[in-house]
Amino acid sequence: MRGVTELMQLLTPDGHRITVASRARATELDGSPTAACDSRSDPPPGAGLPAADPDSGPGGGEPATVDIDLPAYVADLTDDELFDLYRDMVLVRRMDEEATSLQRQGELGLWASLRGQEAAQVGSGRALGPDDMAFPSYREHGVAWCRGVDPAAVLAIFRGVNLGGWDPAGHGFALYSIVVGAQTLHATGYAMGMAQDRSPGAAIVYFGDGASSEGDANEAFGWASVFAVPLVFFCQNNQWAISEPARRQSRTAIFHRAAGFGFPGVRVDGNDVLACLAVTRWALATARAGRGPVLVEAVTYRMGAHTTADDPTRYRSSAELEAWHQRDPLDRMRTYLAARGLLAQERDRRLALEADTFAHELRARCTAMPDPDPTSLFDHVQVTENGLVAAQRSAFAATLDPGET
Amino acid sequence: MTSGAVIAGEQAADVGGEQTGEPAGPVPITLAKALNLGLRSAMAADPKVIVMGEDVGTLGGVFRVTDGLLKEFGEARVIDTPLAESAIVGTAIGLAMRGYRPVCEIQFDGFVYPAFDQIVSQLAKLHYRSAGRIRLPVTIRIPFGGGIGAVEHHSESPEAYFCHTAGLKVVACSNPADAHQMIQQAIRSDDPVIFLEPKRRYWEKAVVDPGSPGESSPNATSGLHSSTVVRAGTDATLVGYGPTVRTCLDAAEVSAADDGRSLEVVDLRSLSPLDLEPVLASVRRTGRLVVVHEAPSNVSVSAEVAARVTEQAFYSLEAPVLRVTGFDTPYPPARLEDHYLPDVDRILDAVDRSFGY
Ligand SMILES: Cc1ncc(C[n+]2csc(CCOP(=O)(O)OP(=O)(O)O)c2C)c(N)n1
Ligand SMILES: [Mg+2]
Repeated sequence: MRGVTELMQLLTPDGHRITVASRARATELDGSPTAACDSRSDPPPGAGLPAADPDSGPGGGEPATVDIDLPAYVADLTDDELFDLYRDMVLVRRMDEEATSLQRQGELGLWASLRGQEAAQVGSGRALGPDDMAFPSYREHGVAWCRGVDPAAVLAIFRGVNLGGWDPAGHGFALYSIVVGAQTLHATGYAMGMAQDRSPGAAIVYFGDGASSEGDANEAFGWASVFAVPLVFFCQNNQWAISEPARRQSRTAIFHRAAGFGFPGVRVDGNDVLACLAVTRWALATARAGRGPVLVEAVTYRMGAHTTADDPTRYRSSAELEAWHQRDPLDRMRTYLAARGLLAQERDRRLALEADTFAHELRARCTAMPDPDPTSLFDHVQVTENGLVAAQRSAFAATLDPGET
Repeated sequence: MTSGAVIAGEQAADVGGEQTGEPAGPVPITLAKALNLGLRSAMAADPKVIVMGEDVGTLGGVFRVTDGLLKEFGEARVIDTPLAESAIVGTAIGLAMRGYRPVCEIQFDGFVYPAFDQIVSQLAKLHYRSAGRIRLPVTIRIPFGGGIGAVEHHSESPEAYFCHTAGLKVVACSNPADAHQMIQQAIRSDDPVIFLEPKRRYWEKAVVDPGSPGESSPNATSGLHSSTVVRAGTDATLVGYGPTVRTCLDAAEVSAADDGRSLEVVDLRSLSPLDLEPVLASVRRTGRLVVVHEAPSNVSVSAEVAARVTEQAFYSLEAPVLRVTGFDTPYPPARLEDHYLPDVDRILDAVDRSFGY
């Protein structure tokens, strides 16, 4: 835990800044970026960093830091918008709880809980705009929510009725990626395409502390940097990769790695929804402005088991869990809203009701999901017809009872 | 080698729930536990044996196959690795060059592919490239196959890729006794071995002789690369390996009861090299052969078996060699896997078709 608390920058209460370390473009960073983002309203896109020039040769020089004025990036939020961030977190936690109980009752085969990571996911997810594209791992139910993906579609994967039931292009949200780290390269390539198309958007890719060890992730860092792609690497360091603590993946803080690849890395308190929103807005603005990738390490905690198949008592202490309970992202935001007088009793009560109804409906829709048509397992193997698959499909269909198809 | 008596005592303690009121003696253990005991014996017998993989230490592996090894053998020999499969196999190669005998765990079949280059281009070829100077006694354990209702990438059968690669040995155990013996034999092999574990059979129990240490021992019941007849029969031959051996045995049982047919079942055990003598001997008697696996059919183990049996026992065959396999689709979502996986009905249909010729 050393280093984690020291470096955590809390947006609430106001006034904190975040430090960006970048070794590679130290000299370029010497300009006046701090001044550029001092303005509290309307921060310029990509404030704080000059445009990347991939042809300027490898960076060098001393590590440099630049201050990003995080509060400026959320100064525009209205009271309603602040409350809505809390609402998002309440609803996705409720979805998570419902899914966990559905799994226990045999309605889902498995569930990967996001409990504890709501702020990181809602904060970053709400920073995204319609032109942006998100690449999740398998735990980003909160980001899916922010991208308008039907929660029932997320449950369907874990129920085993399909392998990914939403339209990635329609939602700006790629399918879940279970092979750890693979999506980092997809995001890099997608962002290369966005740059070539002069898209006004950027890509963001979600991955874990464990995934940061995979070759794919490290290759993605290198490529994204060399081609200065509009991509935000959003690492949720939830302290664990199943049973292995984050220190088994990296001896340096994960955000420091970016410097070695030649782009800026920042660490943010992943349990502070405003800090996550602000830092992601800043990172996206940097990327959209053609200044290349940014790595955001959101320091958070996986409060539940790895999945419903896991037993975390075998490898971590209840004291650690208790310590992170004290930083529960929902409690933090509640406290913040209450202090500002934004948590009127009536509104709070309505939200509780809304969450109940939401959970109730989600459960009903989940349990009502029929098993897929058996012959559908032969659908979409590839675009063009494959004779072998077609023959297997007809032979299989002939064996089915009339009721089964 | 830890003495059999000690293991037997500990086995009894480990499955204590089974002992109520029963006399002392051999106790059935699960296939996972049999692997665990085999690993322990191998580690006790040779200080160069190292176990490495994701979550194999403190957690004891997601299937608990390495449970207790960290405590017994320490962090230098039971390594919770960073999350990187290419590195698990790549560093195992380096360790082997340095004289160690690494046993790598790949957490699930679908996660072996990041290590594919290290396996097929490096592990498989270094002995050849070095004109025999380098030996790589690396065992790669992979829980494989479906049937556990899992999410994507957790139910695959990747054996054909490895069988297709010269320089690798590929084996699959199907029951606790074989698991216990074969894992020790694999670790003792001076060639790299892909060791496939039928994950949906991890919880199947049988009595295991704890003193069955391996090939070179007089106690060894079979060599690592020998296939065996697991049910004798006269009318047709079923061939399976890993998880489908149990399915074939069930099919033979049903066929005997319902149709009065006597089906012989052969457990291939070794997929590369193939030991087809027992299969050929069986086919020469029965004249009919059905090969069963979960992997898709296209360019598969069953394709190889069919080709060789056709080449070597053509005049004994009363019918073409038939196959019951997974379909040539990606592994489907869990709610459809029962349709995808070979089951008793599909096997018996194939037997019927064979008799229809
Ligand atoms: C390539 C690959 N190897 C192994 C696994 C098995 N596995 C699933 S999740 C996981 C840990 C991932 O940890 P992290 O990246 O920190 O993400 P978190 O689960 O904490 O969200 C592992 C080892 C996998 N899914 N993909
Ligand atoms: Mg993690």
